[in-house]
Amino acid sequence: MCAVAMHARTEGNKFPRGDIFPQNTQTLTSNMASLDRVKVLVLGDSGVGKSSLVHLLCQNQVLGNPSWTVGCSVDVRIHDYKEGTPEEKTFYIELWDVGGSVGSASSLKSTRAVFYNSVNGIILVHDLTNKKSSQNLYRWSLEALNRDSSPTGVIVSNGDYDREQFAENPVPLLLIGTKFDQIPESKRSEVLTRTAFLSEDFLAEEINLDCTNPRYLAAGTSNAVKLSRFFDKVIEKRYFTRDPSPMAAFTDRKRFNFKSLHYD
Amino acid sequence: MFTSQVLFFGFGWLFFMRQLFKDYEVRQYVVQVVFSVTFAFSCTMFELIIFEILGALSSSSRYFHWKLNLYVILLVLIFVVPFYIGYFVVSNIRLLQRQRLLFACMVWFTFMYFFWKLGDPFPILSPKHGILSIEQLISRVGVIGVTLMALLSGFGAVNCPYTYMSYFLRNVTDGDILALERRLLQTMDMIVSKKKRIAMTRRQMYQRGEDQNKQTGFWGMIKSVTSTQSGSENLSLIQQEVDALEELSRQLFLETVDLQSTKERIEYSKTFQGKYFNFLGYFFSIYCVWKIFMVKFWSQHISFILVGIIIVTSIRGLLITLTKFFYAISSSKSSNVIVLVLAQIMGMYFVSSVLLMRMSMPLEYRSIVTEVLGELQFNFYHRWFDVIFLVSALSSILFLYLAHKQAPEKHMAL
Repeated sequence: MCAVAMHARTEGNKFPRGDIFPQNTQTLTSNMASLDRVKVLVLGDSGVGKSSLVHLLCQNQVLGNPSWTVGCSVDVRIHDYKEGTPEEKTFYIELWDVGGSVGSASSLKSTRAVFYNSVNGIILVHDLTNKKSSQNLYRWSLEALNRDSSPTGVIVSNGDYDREQFAENPVPLLLIGTKFDQIPESKRSEVLTRTAFLSEDFLAEEINLDCTNPRYLAAGTSNAVKLSRFFDKVIEKRYFTRDPSPMAAFTDRKRFNFKSLHYD
Repeated sequence: MFTSQVLFFGFGWLFFMRQLFKDYEVRQYVVQVVFSVTFAFSCTMFELIIFEILGALSSSSRYFHWKLNLYVILLVLIFVVPFYIGYFVVSNIRLLQRQRLLFACMVWFTFMYFFWKLGDPFPILSPKHGILSIEQLISRVGVIGVTLMALLSGFGAVNCPYTYMSYFLRNVTDGDILALERRLLQTMDMIVSKKKRIAMTRRQMYQRGEDQNKQTGFWGMIKSVTSTQSGSENLSLIQQEVDALEELSRQLFLETVDLQSTKERIEYSKTFQGKYFNFLGYFFSIYCVWKIFMVKFWSQHISFILVGIIIVTSIRGLLITLTKFFYAISSSKSSNVIVLVLAQIMGMYFVSSVLLMRMSMPLEYRSIVTEVLGELQFNFYHRWFDVIFLVSALSSILFLYLAHKQAPEKHMAL
């Protein structure tokens, strides 16, 4: 089994997840594809660099002409779950970059809420040179979590921040600070302490980088490791959780099939 | 007198912090100070008019305050604010970062040049005034401000009834919104699946490229050329489809926002507050229509009350409009520039309000305004205001009519 698997991998014979099942179950495939999604929201104030970040994460390139995001822009990152181990599997992670600001009109907010359905992870982006953007992250996370329609959704009251609610939160969070290069050396420690407090509040890991420089996320750096761990956590919560839902049995069967055939 | 100025300054400061800059970080306190100063002195001018009418304070002290106020306001509006606008605009442009001050001064001189040229085509001055006299400056500020005021009033006169009167609100049901949202999500799903294919194809190409680097020989090279070509052609096709779909998703998003805001307006109109404003809307629409057709007030004292109402509502309306405008177009980069532009508009608007108010004030009170502001051709301003008001109102009617007509057709096509 393992030998076959290794052979398949070196041939570059990786199939996209939707095409795993043979042709005669085409309809089943299309239904399955909608269940296979791993959706991660990228939230933050306008101008912090979410679009640049998403572009860097998905295309491994720096975004040349950033412009305002109207509505929501999606991009896809291929992630190897548990890379390097025998259980390695490839997943598509959808990064939904939702534009706007926390102070938007309520019509904008209610339209934005459409994108917050069945979210599996949230990346909170803030600008290290702008304190307000960090403070607004509390409101962003509340806005997104309030709307989450999963059965174990967090019930938040009144928009007030409460740390216990984050402790019960089933959705993994990641904190990313951008424009790291624009902070002068003297102020770095002060900024880093501030973000450390923030990551404690959100019970999330934090990464500080500059979206115009790919070396911050180069393979082997601690940032890349944190990112990979976050995505692994998201996938784990999504597929391998002990959630007693009717989907679980189905998922288990899928897992068994994958492990034996070892298609990626 | 000065306490009230400090009060206004404080109010302007608060307004800035709480409303305008709610979501941004104030890094340049200069901007905040300038904005508050402009606001403070503008409000003081209105206060002085009221004092004039009420007869509070002695006439000489009123005169002194008028002059002082006027000098300060002109200084701010013509020297300080444009200079800072130029400075911040230049700071935003990366290329010119090095010599910011120099470029800011250049911008300011260009502004002054155009500002001066503005006076030539208008018959505002008699030639016996000197170059840097206060009349020259005021007259130009007045022209700009009056134009602005007339444009805004014309648009407001038409837009106010349109927004608040329920007659014009299109009927939006929840079903419409849900249908649009569903379409939006479907479009997003299509984008996602295409992007997955692109990503996977790219990954395969990359890995195949790696494998092929190991293959040597003639055939290996040929194979690599043909396979990658078809791969990349495929990719660019899918990419084009993705671009089109993304454009569609943006449009759908904006339409949904539009429908949501209409729905909220409908709900608002059913509440008590909404009904009150609806009534006001009818009242003001009649008033505005009347104003369009008749430009003289018939009774001096009624006009005084109206002066008071106009002052209060115009300040409030202006602040609200500026806030909405600011939210709509600002970002963390341009927020400073926009606030300064708004301060400039606000200052000019208030100065020209004073000029125009002379028209509405009873005769006995006009004297001090005339005395302080020198010999400007006031009639010119009144006529200019009326002309621009009419033009603006008519073009707003046309514009809103077209927008209203297009919308139902757009939704029927869904």
